[in-house]
Amino acid sequence: MIELKNVNKSFSDKQVLFDINATFNPGIPNLIIGASGGGKSVLLKCMVGLITPESGQILYDKRDFLQMDYENKKEVRRELGMLFQGTALFDSLTVEENIEFPLRMFSNMSVAERLERVNFCLNRVHLEKVNSKYPAEISGGMKKRVGIARAIALNTKYLFCDEPNSGLDPITSRVIDELLLDITTEYKITTVINSHDMKTVYDIGESIIFIYKGKKWWQGSRNEIDTARHSNPELDNFIQASQF
Amino acid sequence: MFFELGRYLIFIRSMFFKPEKFRVFVQRTVHEMNNIGVGSLPIVAIISIFVGAVTTVQTAYQLVSPLIPLKIIGTIVSDSSLLELAPTITCLVLAGKVGANIASEVGNMRVTEQIDAYEVMGINSSGFLGLPKIIAGLIMIPCLIIIANFLLISGGILAAKLTGLMDPNEFIQGARETFRLFTLVVSLVKSFVFAFIITSVSTYEGYFTSGGALEVGEAGTRAVTRSCVLILFFDFIIAKLML
Repeated sequence: MIELKNVNKSFSDKQVLFDINATFNPGIPNLIIGASGGGKSVLLKCMVGLITPESGQILYDKRDFLQMDYENKKEVRRELGMLFQGTALFDSLTVEENIEFPLRMFSNMSVAERLERVNFCLNRVHLEKVNSKYPAEISGGMKKRVGIARAIALNTKYLFCDEPNSGLDPITSRVIDELLLDITTEYKITTVINSHDMKTVYDIGESIIFIYKGKKWWQGSRNEIDTARHSNPELDNFIQASQF
Repeated sequence: MFFELGRYLIFIRSMFFKPEKFRVFVQRTVHEMNNIGVGSLPIVAIISIFVGAVTTVQTAYQLVSPLIPLKIIGTIVSDSSLLELAPTITCLVLAGKVGANIASEVGNMRVTEQIDAYEVMGINSSGFLGLPKIIAGLIMIPCLIIIANFLLISGGILAAKLTGLMDPNEFIQGARETFRLFTLVVSLVKSFVFAFIITSVSTYEGYFTSGGALEVGEAGTRAVTRSCVLILFFDFIIAKLML
Protein backbone atom coordinates (compact mmCIF):
# COMPACT_ATOMS: atom_id res chain seq x y z
CA MET A 1 0.00 0.00 0.00
CA ILE A 2 1.18 3.52 -0.80
CA GLU A 3 -0.09 6.53 1.13
CA LEU A 4 0.36 10.18 0.22
CA LYS A 5 -0.10 12.75 2.97
CA ASN A 6 -0.26 16.49 2.25
CA VAL A 7 2.15 16.34 -0.69
CA ASN A 8 3.06 19.79 -2.03
CA LYS A 9 5.35 20.67 -4.89
CA SER A 10 6.28 23.92 -6.62
CA PHE A 11 8.64 24.86 -9.42
CA SER A 12 10.16 28.30 -8.81
CA ASP A 13 7.14 30.28 -7.58
CA LYS A 14 4.51 28.14 -9.31
CA GLN A 15 2.84 25.55 -7.11
CA VAL A 16 1.88 22.46 -9.10
CA LEU A 17 0.65 20.12 -6.34
CA PHE A 18 -1.55 21.24 -3.46
CA ASP A 19 -1.88 19.07 -0.34
CA ILE A 20 -2.42 15.77 -2.14
CA ASN A 21 -3.74 13.01 0.13
CA ALA A 22 -4.36 9.58 -1.32
CA THR A 23 -4.11 5.86 -0.65
CA PHE A 24 -3.22 3.30 -3.31
CA ASN A 25 -4.12 -0.26 -2.43
CA PRO A 26 -2.53 -3.49 -3.68
CA GLY A 27 -4.29 -5.88 -6.03
CA ILE A 28 -6.30 -3.26 -7.89
CA PRO A 29 -5.30 -0.76 -10.59
CA ASN A 30 -5.15 2.72 -9.04
CA LEU A 31 -5.65 5.39 -11.69
CA ILE A 32 -4.60 9.01 -11.57
CA ILE A 33 -6.49 10.92 -14.24
CA GLY A 34 -6.56 14.53 -15.34
CA ALA A 35 -5.76 16.89 -18.16
CA SER A 36 -2.22 17.40 -19.44
CA GLY A 37 -0.35 19.91 -17.27
CA GLY A 38 -2.60 19.15 -14.32
CA GLY A 39 0.18 17.70 -12.19
CA LYS A 40 -0.30 13.95 -12.49
CA SER A 41 3.14 13.24 -13.98
CA VAL A 42 4.75 15.41 -11.28
CA LEU A 43 2.83 13.45 -8.65
CA LEU A 44 4.01 10.14 -10.11
CA LYS A 45 7.62 11.38 -10.27
CA CYS A 46 7.36 12.51 -6.64
CA MET A 47 6.19 9.02 -5.68
CA VAL A 48 9.12 7.26 -7.37
CA GLY A 49 11.65 9.79 -6.08
CA LEU A 50 12.57 11.49 -9.35
CA ILE A 51 11.25 14.78 -7.93
CA THR A 52 11.37 15.72 -4.25
CA PRO A 53 8.25 17.41 -2.89
CA GLU A 54 8.56 20.44 -0.60
CA SER A 55 6.42 18.91 2.10
CA GLY A 56 4.27 15.91 2.89
CA GLN A 57 4.79 12.20 3.33
CA ILE A 58 5.00 9.32 0.87
CA LEU A 59 4.59 6.04 2.74
CA TYR A 60 5.45 2.68 1.19
CA ASP A 61 3.80 0.18 3.55
CA LYS A 62 4.23 2.70 6.41
CA ARG A 63 7.87 3.44 5.44
CA ASP A 64 8.34 7.18 4.96
CA PHE A 65 10.19 7.43 1.64
CA LEU A 66 11.06 11.13 1.94
CA GLN A 67 12.69 10.74 5.35
CA MET A 68 14.92 7.85 4.28
CA ASP A 69 18.64 8.17 3.62
CA TYR A 70 20.07 7.30 0.19
CA GLU A 71 20.75 3.63 0.99
CA ASN A 72 17.26 2.98 2.42
CA LYS A 73 15.69 4.73 -0.56
CA LYS A 74 17.65 2.39 -2.81
CA GLU A 75 16.16 -0.60 -0.97
CA VAL A 76 12.61 0.69 -1.57
CA ARG A 77 13.39 1.52 -5.18
CA ARG A 78 14.36 -2.08 -5.79
CA GLU A 79 10.81 -3.03 -4.87
CA LEU A 80 9.29 -0.75 -7.46
CA GLY A 81 9.08 -0.90 -11.22
CA MET A 82 8.08 1.78 -13.65
CA LEU A 83 6.72 1.81 -17.17
CA PHE A 84 7.66 5.16 -18.65
CA GLN A 85 5.58 7.06 -21.19
CA GLY A 86 8.29 6.56 -23.82
CA THR A 87 9.13 3.09 -22.37
CA ALA A 88 12.74 4.19 -21.57
CA LEU A 89 14.15 0.88 -22.79
CA PHE A 90 17.94 0.91 -23.00
CA ASP A 91 18.44 1.23 -26.73
CA SER A 92 21.95 -0.25 -26.76
CA LEU A 93 20.65 -3.50 -25.19
CA THR A 94 18.50 -6.20 -26.73
CA VAL A 95 15.03 -6.99 -25.37
CA GLU A 96 16.50 -9.91 -23.41
CA GLU A 97 19.30 -7.76 -21.97
CA ASN A 98 16.82 -5.02 -21.05
CA ILE A 99 14.71 -7.40 -18.97
CA GLU A 100 17.81 -9.10 -17.59
CA PHE A 101 19.36 -5.79 -16.54
CA PRO A 102 17.70 -5.40 -13.10
CA LEU A 103 18.35 -9.11 -12.44
CA ARG A 104 22.05 -8.70 -13.25
CA MET A 105 22.30 -5.64 -11.04
CA PHE A 106 20.32 -6.70 -8.01
CA SER A 107 20.10 -10.49 -7.85
CA ASN A 108 22.58 -13.30 -7.39
CA MET A 109 20.92 -15.47 -10.03
CA SER A 110 23.07 -17.55 -12.36
CA VAL A 111 22.98 -16.87 -16.11
CA ALA A 112 20.60 -19.80 -16.65
CA GLU A 113 18.25 -18.64 -13.88
CA ARG A 114 18.25 -15.12 -15.26
CA LEU A 115 17.42 -16.37 -18.75
CA GLU A 116 14.60 -18.48 -17.34
CA ARG A 117 13.19 -15.46 -15.52
CA VAL A 118 13.49 -13.27 -18.65
CA ASN A 119 11.59 -15.82 -20.71
CA PHE A 120 8.96 -16.15 -17.98
CA CYS A 121 8.44 -12.37 -17.95
CA LEU A 122 8.29 -12.26 -21.75
CA ASN A 123 5.69 -15.05 -21.79
CA ARG A 124 3.74 -13.22 -19.10
CA VAL A 125 3.41 -10.17 -21.35
CA HIS A 126 2.58 -12.43 -24.33
CA LEU A 127 5.80 -11.84 -26.25
CA GLU A 128 7.93 -14.46 -27.90
CA LYS A 129 10.87 -14.65 -30.32
CA VAL A 130 11.92 -11.08 -29.60
CA ASN A 131 14.81 -11.84 -27.23
CA SER A 132 17.55 -10.81 -29.61
CA LYS A 133 15.80 -7.79 -31.09
CA TYR A 134 16.74 -4.23 -30.19
CA PRO A 135 14.06 -1.77 -29.01
CA ALA A 136 14.31 0.10 -32.34
CA GLU A 137 13.28 -3.10 -34.14
CA ILE A 138 9.97 -3.69 -32.36
CA SER A 139 6.59 -1.89 -32.43
CA GLY A 140 5.33 0.63 -29.87
CA GLY A 141 2.96 -1.88 -28.28
CA MET A 142 5.73 -4.46 -28.00
CA LYS A 143 8.01 -1.87 -26.41
CA LYS A 144 5.35 -1.17 -23.78
CA ARG A 145 5.09 -4.89 -23.04
CA VAL A 146 8.87 -5.20 -22.79
CA GLY A 147 8.76 -2.21 -20.43
CA ILE A 148 6.21 -4.03 -18.27
CA ALA A 149 8.30 -7.21 -18.37
CA ARG A 150 11.38 -5.27 -17.20
CA ALA A 151 9.35 -3.57 -14.48
CA ILE A 152 8.12 -6.89 -13.03
CA ALA A 153 11.38 -8.84 -13.50
CA LEU A 154 12.43 -8.40 -9.88
CA ASN A 155 9.07 -9.44 -8.39
CA THR A 156 8.04 -5.84 -8.02
CA LYS A 157 5.76 -4.82 -5.13
CA TYR A 158 4.85 -1.43 -6.59
CA LEU A 159 4.28 -0.76 -10.27
CA PHE A 160 4.02 2.75 -11.73
CA CYS A 161 2.82 3.38 -15.26
CA ASP A 162 3.01 6.80 -16.88
CA GLU A 163 0.52 7.03 -19.74
CA PRO A 164 0.83 3.35 -20.70
CA ASN A 165 -1.49 3.80 -23.70
CA SER A 166 0.01 6.92 -25.21
CA GLY A 167 0.82 6.51 -28.89
CA LEU A 168 -0.91 3.14 -29.16
CA ASP A 169 -3.85 2.12 -31.31
CA PRO A 170 -7.14 1.32 -29.48
CA ILE A 171 -6.73 -2.46 -29.77
CA THR A 172 -3.17 -2.49 -28.44
CA SER A 173 -4.26 -0.07 -25.69
CA ARG A 174 -6.85 -2.59 -24.50
CA VAL A 175 -4.23 -5.36 -24.56
CA ILE A 176 -1.95 -3.26 -22.34
CA ASP A 177 -4.86 -2.41 -19.99
CA GLU A 178 -5.79 -6.09 -19.63
CA LEU A 179 -2.18 -7.01 -19.06
CA LEU A 180 -1.79 -4.44 -16.29
CA LEU A 181 -5.03 -5.60 -14.68
CA ASP A 182 -3.99 -9.27 -14.84
CA ILE A 183 -0.53 -8.65 -13.43
CA THR A 184 -1.86 -6.41 -10.67
CA THR A 185 -4.48 -8.89 -9.48
CA GLU A 186 -2.34 -12.00 -9.96
CA TYR A 187 0.72 -10.75 -8.05
CA LYS A 188 -1.15 -8.39 -5.67
CA ILE A 189 1.00 -5.48 -6.81
CA THR A 190 0.23 -1.89 -5.83
CA THR A 191 -0.20 -0.45 -9.31
CA VAL A 192 -0.51 3.27 -9.95
CA ILE A 193 -1.41 4.28 -13.50
CA ASN A 194 -1.31 7.80 -14.88
CA SER A 195 -3.77 8.13 -17.71
CA HIS A 196 -6.10 10.43 -19.57
CA ASP A 197 -7.61 7.61 -21.59
CA MET A 198 -11.26 7.34 -20.46
CA LYS A 199 -11.58 3.88 -21.99
CA THR A 200 -8.89 2.70 -19.56
CA VAL A 201 -10.79 4.40 -16.73
CA TYR A 202 -14.04 2.59 -17.55
CA ASP A 203 -12.27 -0.73 -18.20
CA ILE A 204 -9.94 -1.09 -15.23
CA GLY A 205 -10.46 1.93 -12.94
CA GLU A 206 -11.16 0.25 -9.59
CA SER A 207 -9.75 3.25 -7.76
CA ILE A 208 -9.56 6.64 -9.45
CA ILE A 209 -8.15 10.00 -8.43
CA PHE A 210 -8.99 13.02 -10.59
CA ILE A 211 -6.32 15.73 -10.41
CA TYR A 212 -7.38 19.21 -11.48
CA LYS A 213 -4.92 22.13 -11.48
CA GLY A 214 -2.67 20.34 -8.98
CA LYS A 215 -5.46 19.52 -6.53
CA LYS A 216 -7.17 16.22 -5.81
CA TRP A 217 -10.59 17.09 -7.19
CA TRP A 218 -12.39 13.80 -6.95
CA GLN A 219 -11.82 10.22 -5.80
CA GLY A 220 -13.91 7.15 -6.50
CA SER A 221 -14.24 4.15 -8.78
CA ARG A 222 -15.39 3.52 -12.37
CA ASN A 223 -18.84 2.63 -11.01
CA GLU A 224 -19.18 6.02 -9.33
CA ILE A 225 -17.67 8.30 -11.98
CA ASP A 226 -20.85 8.69 -14.06
CA THR A 227 -22.86 9.72 -11.03
CA ALA A 228 -20.12 12.04 -9.79
CA ARG A 229 -19.71 13.89 -13.09
CA HIS A 230 -23.19 15.44 -12.77
CA SER A 231 -22.21 17.32 -9.64
CA ASN A 232 -18.62 17.98 -10.67
CA PRO A 233 -18.33 20.24 -13.74
CA GLU A 234 -14.51 19.92 -14.03
CA LEU A 235 -14.74 16.11 -14.02
CA ASP A 236 -17.65 16.27 -16.46
CA ASN A 237 -15.66 18.53 -18.82
CA PHE A 238 -12.73 16.12 -18.72
CA ILE A 239 -14.92 13.11 -19.50
CA GLN A 240 -16.87 14.96 -22.20
CA ALA A 241 -13.60 16.04 -23.86
CA SER A 242 -12.82 12.33 -24.24
CA GLN A 243 -16.17 11.92 -26.05
CA PHE A 244 -17.70 9.77 -23.31
CA MET B 1 29.09 30.50 -14.76
CA PHE B 2 29.36 29.85 -11.00
CA PHE B 3 26.11 27.87 -11.14
CA GLU B 4 27.56 25.67 -13.90
CA LEU B 5 30.85 25.22 -12.04
CA GLY B 6 29.08 24.31 -8.80
CA ARG B 7 26.76 21.88 -10.56
CA TYR B 8 29.72 20.32 -12.38
CA LEU B 9 31.61 19.79 -9.11
CA ILE B 10 28.54 18.30 -7.40
CA PHE B 11 28.05 16.05 -10.43
CA ILE B 12 31.66 14.84 -10.26
CA ARG B 13 31.32 14.17 -6.54
CA SER B 14 28.06 12.26 -7.06
CA MET B 15 29.88 9.82 -9.38
CA PHE B 16 32.19 8.51 -6.72
CA PHE B 17 29.89 6.02 -5.03
CA LYS B 18 30.55 2.35 -4.53
CA PRO B 19 29.52 0.64 -7.79
CA GLU B 20 26.24 -1.32 -7.55
CA LYS B 21 27.87 -4.43 -8.93
CA PHE B 22 31.62 -4.45 -9.44
CA ARG B 23 31.56 -6.98 -12.28
CA VAL B 24 29.09 -4.94 -14.32
CA PHE B 25 31.17 -1.83 -13.60
CA VAL B 26 34.34 -3.50 -14.94
CA GLN B 27 32.47 -4.73 -18.04
CA ARG B 28 31.20 -1.23 -18.72
CA THR B 29 34.67 0.25 -18.24
CA VAL B 30 36.21 -2.24 -20.69
CA HIS B 31 33.42 -1.45 -23.18
CA GLU B 32 34.15 2.28 -22.85
CA MET B 33 37.90 1.65 -23.19
CA ASN B 34 37.18 -0.02 -26.50
CA ASN B 35 34.96 2.88 -27.64
CA ILE B 36 37.31 5.65 -26.55
CA GLY B 37 40.67 4.00 -27.20
CA VAL B 38 40.40 1.50 -30.01
CA GLY B 39 37.67 3.51 -31.76
CA SER B 40 39.86 6.63 -31.85
CA LEU B 41 43.08 4.92 -32.93
CA PRO B 42 42.66 5.37 -36.72
CA ILE B 43 41.99 9.13 -36.56
CA VAL B 44 44.80 9.65 -34.03
CA ALA B 45 47.20 7.68 -36.26
CA ILE B 46 46.30 9.59 -39.43
CA ILE B 47 46.52 13.00 -37.77
CA SER B 48 49.79 12.22 -35.98
CA ILE B 49 51.62 10.98 -39.08
CA PHE B 50 50.55 13.98 -41.17
CA VAL B 51 51.18 16.58 -38.46
CA GLY B 52 54.65 15.06 -37.90
CA ALA B 53 55.38 15.15 -41.63
CA VAL B 54 54.11 18.72 -42.10
CA THR B 55 56.05 19.97 -39.05
CA THR B 56 59.25 18.48 -40.46
CA VAL B 57 58.77 20.03 -43.91
CA GLN B 58 57.86 23.44 -42.48
CA THR B 59 60.73 23.45 -39.96
CA ALA B 60 63.16 22.60 -42.76
CA TYR B 61 61.69 25.44 -44.84
CA GLN B 62 62.35 27.93 -42.02
CA LEU B 63 65.89 26.72 -41.24
CA VAL B 64 67.63 28.12 -44.30
CA SER B 65 71.01 28.98 -42.75
CA PRO B 66 73.82 26.62 -43.75
CA LEU B 67 75.33 27.26 -40.28
CA ILE B 68 72.51 25.34 -38.58
CA PRO B 69 72.94 21.57 -38.78
CA LEU B 70 69.99 19.67 -40.25
CA LYS B 71 69.73 17.39 -37.23
CA ILE B 72 68.19 20.40 -35.42
CA ILE B 73 65.02 19.65 -37.41
CA GLY B 74 64.79 16.30 -35.60
CA THR B 75 65.29 18.05 -32.25
CA ILE B 76 62.59 20.63 -32.93
CA VAL B 77 60.07 18.14 -34.31
CA SER B 78 60.53 15.61 -31.49
CA ASP B 79 60.45 18.21 -28.71
CA SER B 80 57.42 20.05 -30.07
CA SER B 81 55.71 16.71 -30.68
CA LEU B 82 56.22 15.49 -27.12
CA LEU B 83 55.46 18.81 -25.44
CA GLU B 84 52.61 20.19 -27.48
CA LEU B 85 51.55 18.53 -30.70
CA ALA B 86 50.85 15.03 -29.42
CA PRO B 87 48.95 15.84 -26.21
CA THR B 88 47.19 19.05 -27.25
CA ILE B 89 46.37 18.49 -30.91
CA THR B 90 45.37 14.86 -30.28
CA CYS B 91 43.16 15.83 -27.33
CA LEU B 92 41.52 18.65 -29.27
CA VAL B 93 40.66 16.09 -31.93
CA LEU B 94 39.47 13.63 -29.27
CA ALA B 95 37.31 16.37 -27.72
CA GLY B 96 35.52 16.51 -31.06
CA LYS B 97 35.25 12.78 -31.60
CA VAL B 98 34.91 11.27 -28.13
CA GLY B 99 33.38 14.34 -26.43
CA ALA B 100 30.57 14.80 -28.93
CA ASN B 101 29.90 11.06 -28.88
CA ILE B 102 29.64 10.91 -25.07
CA ALA B 103 27.51 14.05 -24.81
CA SER B 104 25.03 12.93 -27.45
CA GLU B 105 24.84 9.38 -26.05
CA VAL B 106 24.18 10.54 -22.48
CA GLY B 107 21.96 13.40 -23.66
CA ASN B 108 19.85 11.00 -25.71
CA MET B 109 19.53 8.75 -22.66
CA ARG B 110 18.35 11.76 -20.64
CA VAL B 111 15.65 12.89 -23.09
CA THR B 112 14.35 9.35 -23.60
CA GLU B 113 14.04 8.87 -19.80
CA GLN B 114 16.65 6.08 -19.72
CA ILE B 115 18.55 7.93 -16.97
CA ASP B 116 15.28 8.23 -15.02
CA ALA B 117 14.86 4.47 -15.43
CA TYR B 118 18.27 3.91 -13.78
CA GLU B 119 17.29 6.21 -10.91
CA VAL B 120 13.94 4.50 -10.37
CA MET B 121 15.78 1.16 -10.18
CA GLY B 122 17.95 2.58 -7.40
CA ILE B 123 21.11 2.93 -9.50
CA ASN B 124 23.37 5.96 -9.07
CA SER B 125 22.99 7.05 -12.71
CA SER B 126 25.84 9.60 -12.74
CA GLY B 127 28.28 7.03 -11.36
CA PHE B 128 26.95 4.18 -13.49
CA LEU B 129 27.18 6.18 -16.73
CA GLY B 130 29.98 8.63 -16.03
CA LEU B 131 32.61 6.86 -13.95
CA PRO B 132 33.39 4.07 -16.47
CA LYS B 133 33.82 6.73 -19.18
CA ILE B 134 36.19 8.79 -17.03
CA ILE B 135 38.27 5.77 -15.97
CA ALA B 136 38.36 4.48 -19.54
CA GLY B 137 39.47 7.93 -20.73
CA LEU B 138 42.18 8.15 -18.07
CA ILE B 139 43.55 4.78 -19.16
CA MET B 140 43.17 4.99 -22.93
CA ILE B 141 43.83 8.64 -23.81
CA PRO B 142 47.39 8.62 -22.34
CA CYS B 143 47.99 5.41 -24.35
CA LEU B 144 46.77 7.21 -27.47
CA ILE B 145 49.10 10.12 -26.68
CA ILE B 146 52.08 7.76 -26.38
CA ILE B 147 51.15 6.24 -29.75
CA ALA B 148 50.68 9.77 -31.16
CA ASN B 149 54.17 10.75 -29.91
CA PHE B 150 55.68 7.76 -31.70
CA LEU B 151 53.71 8.36 -34.91
CA LEU B 152 54.43 12.10 -35.00
CA ILE B 153 58.17 11.44 -34.93
CA SER B 154 57.73 8.55 -37.39
CA GLY B 155 55.81 10.91 -39.68
CA GLY B 156 58.71 13.35 -39.44
CA ILE B 157 61.26 10.67 -40.31
CA LEU B 158 59.09 9.48 -43.19
CA ALA B 159 58.72 13.01 -44.57
CA ALA B 160 62.46 13.57 -44.25
CA LYS B 161 63.16 10.40 -46.23
CA LEU B 162 60.43 10.72 -48.87
CA THR B 163 61.10 14.38 -49.68
CA GLY B 164 64.88 13.99 -49.53
CA LEU B 165 65.16 16.88 -47.04
CA MET B 166 67.68 15.07 -44.89
CA ASP B 167 69.01 11.68 -43.92
CA PRO B 168 66.56 9.97 -41.48
CA ASN B 169 69.52 8.93 -39.31
CA GLU B 170 70.41 12.59 -38.91
CA PHE B 171 66.80 13.30 -37.85
CA ILE B 172 66.93 10.51 -35.25
CA GLN B 173 70.31 11.71 -34.00
CA GLY B 174 68.89 15.21 -33.47
CA ALA B 175 65.87 13.83 -31.66
CA ARG B 176 67.99 11.62 -29.40
CA GLU B 177 70.65 14.14 -28.48
CA THR B 178 68.32 16.54 -26.69
CA PHE B 179 65.74 14.01 -25.44
CA ARG B 180 64.87 14.41 -21.77
CA LEU B 181 62.57 12.06 -19.92
CA PHE B 182 60.92 15.03 -18.22
CA THR B 183 59.46 16.12 -21.58
CA LEU B 184 57.64 12.81 -21.77
CA VAL B 185 56.41 13.26 -18.18
CA VAL B 186 54.94 16.67 -19.10
CA SER B 187 53.28 15.08 -22.11
CA LEU B 188 51.70 12.39 -19.94
CA VAL B 189 50.57 14.85 -17.24
CA LYS B 190 48.83 16.85 -19.95
CA SER B 191 47.21 13.72 -21.36
CA PHE B 192 45.76 12.71 -17.97
CA VAL B 193 44.37 16.20 -17.31
CA PHE B 194 42.93 16.51 -20.83
CA ALA B 195 41.42 12.99 -20.62
CA PHE B 196 39.58 13.96 -17.44
CA ILE B 197 38.36 17.21 -19.01
CA ILE B 198 37.07 15.54 -22.19
CA THR B 199 35.20 12.69 -20.48
CA SER B 200 33.83 14.57 -17.46
CA VAL B 201 32.72 17.74 -19.29
CA SER B 202 31.05 15.72 -22.06
CA THR B 203 29.23 13.44 -19.60
CA TYR B 204 28.13 16.49 -17.62
CA GLU B 205 26.78 18.26 -20.70
CA GLY B 206 24.85 15.17 -21.78
CA TYR B 207 23.56 14.41 -18.29
CA PHE B 208 21.94 17.82 -17.85
CA THR B 209 20.34 17.95 -21.29
CA SER B 210 16.63 18.68 -21.32
CA GLY B 211 14.26 18.84 -24.25
CA GLY B 212 14.64 16.84 -27.44
CA ALA B 213 16.85 16.11 -30.42
CA LEU B 214 17.79 19.78 -30.90
CA GLU B 215 19.02 20.10 -27.32
CA VAL B 216 20.99 16.84 -27.61
CA GLY B 217 22.81 18.35 -30.60
CA GLU B 218 23.44 21.56 -28.66
CA ALA B 219 24.81 19.53 -25.73
CA GLY B 220 27.26 17.86 -28.12
CA THR B 221 28.40 21.22 -29.47
CA ARG B 222 28.74 22.67 -25.95
CA ALA B 223 30.73 19.64 -24.81
CA VAL B 224 33.23 20.06 -27.66
CA THR B 225 33.66 23.83 -27.34
CA ARG B 226 33.97 23.79 -23.54
CA SER B 227 36.37 20.85 -23.59
CA CYS B 228 38.54 22.60 -26.21
CA VAL B 229 38.66 25.86 -24.26
CA LEU B 230 39.49 24.04 -21.02
CA ILE B 231 42.18 21.95 -22.76
CA LEU B 232 43.89 25.10 -24.05
CA PHE B 233 43.56 26.82 -20.67
CA PHE B 234 45.04 23.88 -18.73
CA ASP B 235 47.70 23.44 -21.43
CA PHE B 236 48.95 26.89 -20.53
CA ILE B 237 48.67 26.25 -16.76
CA ILE B 238 50.61 22.96 -16.96
CA ALA B 239 53.27 24.49 -19.21
CA LYS B 240 53.71 27.38 -16.78
CA LEU B 241 53.85 25.14 -13.73
CA MET B 242 56.08 22.38 -15.10
CA LEU B 243 58.46 24.08 -17.54
